[in-house]
Amino acid sequence: MNRALRFLPLLVLIVFVGAVAWRLSSTADEKIASKMIGQPVPAIALAPAVPGKPGLSSTDLAKGQPRLVNVFASWCVPCVAEAPLLSELRLRGMPIDAIAVRDRAEDVAAFLDRHGDPFERIGADPQSQAQLALGSSGVPETFIVDGRGIIRYQHMGPIEPGDVPSLVAQWDAAK
Amino acid sequence: MKGLLTLLFFMAAPALADSNLPPSRWANEQLPDPRQEAEATALMQELRCLVCQGQSIADSNAELAGDMRAMVRQRIAAGERPEQVRSWLIGRYGNWVSYRPPVEPVTWPLWAAPLVLLLAGGWLLRKRLVGRRL
Repeated sequence: MNRALRFLPLLVLIVFVGAVAWRLSSTADEKIASKMIGQPVPAIALAPAVPGKPGLSSTDLAKGQPRLVNVFASWCVPCVAEAPLLSELRLRGMPIDAIAVRDRAEDVAAFLDRHGDPFERIGADPQSQAQLALGSSGVPETFIVDGRGIIRYQHMGPIEPGDVPSLVAQWDAAK
Repeated sequence: MKGLLTLLFFMAAPALADSNLPPSRWANEQLPDPRQEAEATALMQELRCLVCQGQSIADSNAELAGDMRAMVRQRIAAGERPEQVRSWLIGRYGNWVSYRPPVEPVTWPLWAAPLVLLLAGGWLLRKRLVGRRL
């Protein structure tokens, strides 16, 4: 018995190296999903990001109908890529609000001129505090908030054509 | 051609650019109260940056890390305890965001591992330790 036990440390080492090698070789999922799904939208009251369009507060997101909240920025390149798809979702009847992260009014206005403006309200988040409150870890991200102000879904990264059906389904489910 | 390429190289903007806004005030400025600043710094070293995921927000140069530092300092200055700030962030990003794992059933093996390994090592060496003549 003792003779077999001599190899126990070696076995432990092999198991340890194996476990480390396995975890290192599998690609890590770097997306940090928000834990706020199923929770009410945190209390936010954001000033308008562009003149002529209202800002965004939590009470605007509990008006009986589900809404999309797009977290974006004019300096964010993937946000340009998803802009036409947001316009498409708007045409399909989804109301969309936005949070402009660390942005200037003139930059946001230029972005909307160039890439389309599907947003009803845009709140300015100059120090990312609303982004942190939502549990969002980057731009762009899109949340679906139901009519009672509960966060139902989070899409991380730019919306791609293949994501549209699932966003539509999630929006229907939030009704 | 080479000159043009060099010119283009220097004109190229990084694909994932930062914003045009300056860092938040409290991202890089210490709190006036040294005790609060010490609490905030200790917490910032244990919070994980959401962008450059191997770094703490104290070490990271990412803009979001700067905004997280500002948030930590503002909350501590407003009288919150560091553990309240930590749990506020954990409520949004999960245990992932904190470098100090909580003591709960799923992490018991983690906390017990050093003790178990020490005991196992002692057990392996038991004969030599006991049998040695000083």
